[in-house]
Amino acid sequence: MALSWILLTLLALAVLGYFAGRSRALASAEGDARALHSLPSYYGYNVALTALVPALGLLILWLLVQPLIVNNTVSGMIPDTAIAEGSDRGLVMSEVRRVAYGLDGAIASGLLSEVQARNADADIEALTQSLKDAGQVLTQDISKPILLAAQKYRSMTSTGSTAMQIMVLVVALLGAAFAYIRTHREFRARNVVEQGILALLLLAASIAILTTVGIVLSMLFETMNFFQLHSWKDFFFGSTWAPNFRGGSELSILPLLWGTLYISVIALLVAVPIGLFAAIYLSEYATGATRSIAKPLLEILAGIPTIVYGLFALLTVGPALVSLFGDGGALGLGWMASSNAVLTAGLVMGIMLIPFVSSLSDDIINAVPQSMRDGSLGLGATKSETVRQVVLPAALPGIVGAILLAASRAIGETMIVVMAAGAIAKFSGNPFEAMTTITTRIVSQLTGDTDFASPETLVAFALGLTLFVITLGLNIFALYIVRKYREQYE
Amino acid sequence: MMNDMTRVERTVDSKAIKIAANNVQVHYGDTHAIKDVNVEIEDKTVTAFIGPSGCGKSTFLRCLNRMNDTIDICRVTGDILLDGEDIYDKRVDPVQLRAKVGMVFQKPNPFPKSIYDNVAYGPRIHGLAKNKAELDEIVEKSLRRGAIWDEVKDRLDAPGTGLSGGQQQRLCIARAVATEPEVLLMDEPCSALDPIATAQVEELIDDLRKRYSVVIVTHSMQQAARVSQKTAFFHLGNLVEFGETGQIFTNPEDPRTESYITGRIG
Repeated sequence: MALSWILLTLLALAVLGYFAGRSRALASAEGDARALHSLPSYYGYNVALTALVPALGLLILWLLVQPLIVNNTVSGMIPDTAIAEGSDRGLVMSEVRRVAYGLDGAIASGLLSEVQARNADADIEALTQSLKDAGQVLTQDISKPILLAAQKYRSMTSTGSTAMQIMVLVVALLGAAFAYIRTHREFRARNVVEQGILALLLLAASIAILTTVGIVLSMLFETMNFFQLHSWKDFFFGSTWAPNFRGGSELSILPLLWGTLYISVIALLVAVPIGLFAAIYLSEYATGATRSIAKPLLEILAGIPTIVYGLFALLTVGPALVSLFGDGGALGLGWMASSNAVLTAGLVMGIMLIPFVSSLSDDIINAVPQSMRDGSLGLGATKSETVRQVVLPAALPGIVGAILLAASRAIGETMIVVMAAGAIAKFSGNPFEAMTTITTRIVSQLTGDTDFASPETLVAFALGLTLFVITLGLNIFALYIVRKYREQYE
Repeated sequence: MMNDMTRVERTVDSKAIKIAANNVQVHYGDTHAIKDVNVEIEDKTVTAFIGPSGCGKSTFLRCLNRMNDTIDICRVTGDILLDGEDIYDKRVDPVQLRAKVGMVFQKPNPFPKSIYDNVAYGPRIHGLAKNKAELDEIVEKSLRRGAIWDEVKDRLDAPGTGLSGGQQQRLCIARAVATEPEVLLMDEPCSALDPIATAQVEELIDDLRKRYSVVIVTHSMQQAARVSQKTAFFHLGNLVEFGETGQIFTNPEDPRTESYITGRIG
């Protein structure tokens, strides 16, 4: 019985339980729903949930635990002599699994009988041939220990899943029966369902948090692997980024961090004034009609995929900057050699961040009470004096928060810098030179043929974790500022 | 009602007319909020606007310093003369006008700045002080006039929003006074205050009368009777009756006024 059948059975049981619980509740109140503690449907939900939730929980747990147990047992069966030189237990185990699936496949296509597949003394060559005939992929000829292990693997898996099906159904039936017997007009089904809803919401929230923890942990382990292969002093305090897949790389984050911060600062220099002024116009000066058109238009910018911004940088902004600052350019300065430059990436990233800053700031400025503006206007201040001296100071904490959030987006941005900033890691203050950032280096270290045992690849995880810590720190700082000053005018 | 009116001495001798309104109409979109209002507000007098909620008294008050300009759908017609000059004339800058006609709002609205900066806000905008010493002087004088100096003189750098409700309102009055207005408009200044703070603000209003023309909108008839010399009764956008406070409360001419002050309509 496949997994989907178990799920369907459980669902059917829950639906049956719903109607059974509902009618039992009504019967206990002699058909008068007003005599019940809760609405009749709550009794139904109670039975359905009590049948469904523990059974599903058991199912998920079983599916997670069974492969672990089977793997452990089977891998214990493989003698050390069966592990070839240069290989390891993990590789042999995947061979075992392949053989086990191969046997399943061969049985399904009728080339082997169940008895033949289980025969421990089977002729190995014949078996290998029939597996190949069945179109199963084998990387090497099956050896005796591998066959035995595969057979054990199959039998344990099939026993396990039969046991699982029985247990899950028993738990579901027990749950339904328990809830059905408890159903009585005095029973507070509504409160129980409320608890169930709470548990559901809690589950959703904890999945989100646990995922974050999982991401951090996975990066943390790879980062620790990296630091075993490469000195952390070079990573944090070195001055050169020169990965070399033949070994002897210098992998320092500092030149990359410099490029990241430089580009982000330029982006913010573009985005913050323009975004903020746009927000002030929209919230303080624009009429309702203008606002209702201009605000969505501005927010369309936020919906453009960053790769499109990258194209814009590559095809339009970069060449335009070169024709201004480049050799023989309009200004005759000859400062800019190629369209790949910090300035190009920064400008385009700034444009990308404008709606981010303006939309958040607009909401924050709108949240400043009208009474503040009235108070200032009533004293004979002009509109811009009011904005500058009353509205903006009152909204400042929120605006700072918005800017910090924009900064953490700029630091994490990848596509625009890949396409517009170039790929040279160096310390330089010249905005017309190409530079590179942490995110683009992560991409380039992990694309192509990668060997997850070399520091040149693993450095990507260390870079990623550092980036994560930086943006997390910025976000926490932004939230702290926003919270700390939020209630100042209430 | 009568015994409330003994506190304020009633000066019946006429004074110069500060604000004269003729045939003022206000429309909010399609709503005719103020209908044909004529009123003369005297200098160095407290004039109270009373009437049931939604009768237009606050709307009319906001016409006197053109605060209604900030509302897009609001349209004002008719003449409002301040010292004989039409304030809705094109040559009049509403920003300058509001410096002359100050306003105190229903809910205390100190800026999220220090107490000092709250009071110094107007003088700084209008360049009333030549230097820091003069500004200090203006701030102290205004806070004294707002009857709050003694409470805040040791913490002028503390945020104005940290004061109690009554203190905040007196701070707002001090802030309005600091720009040296000629008329002070007060829109239900005590509605968010407790009785003690209300008494302090009322005392302050009576004191302000020596220098300014004060117009106060209030829901409390006792308050109108206590602080004002002239009272205007608004009903459904009409100015029903306007006259000496004593007269309005003891011997109203219009039956609607009598119904309102005796609590039968409103």
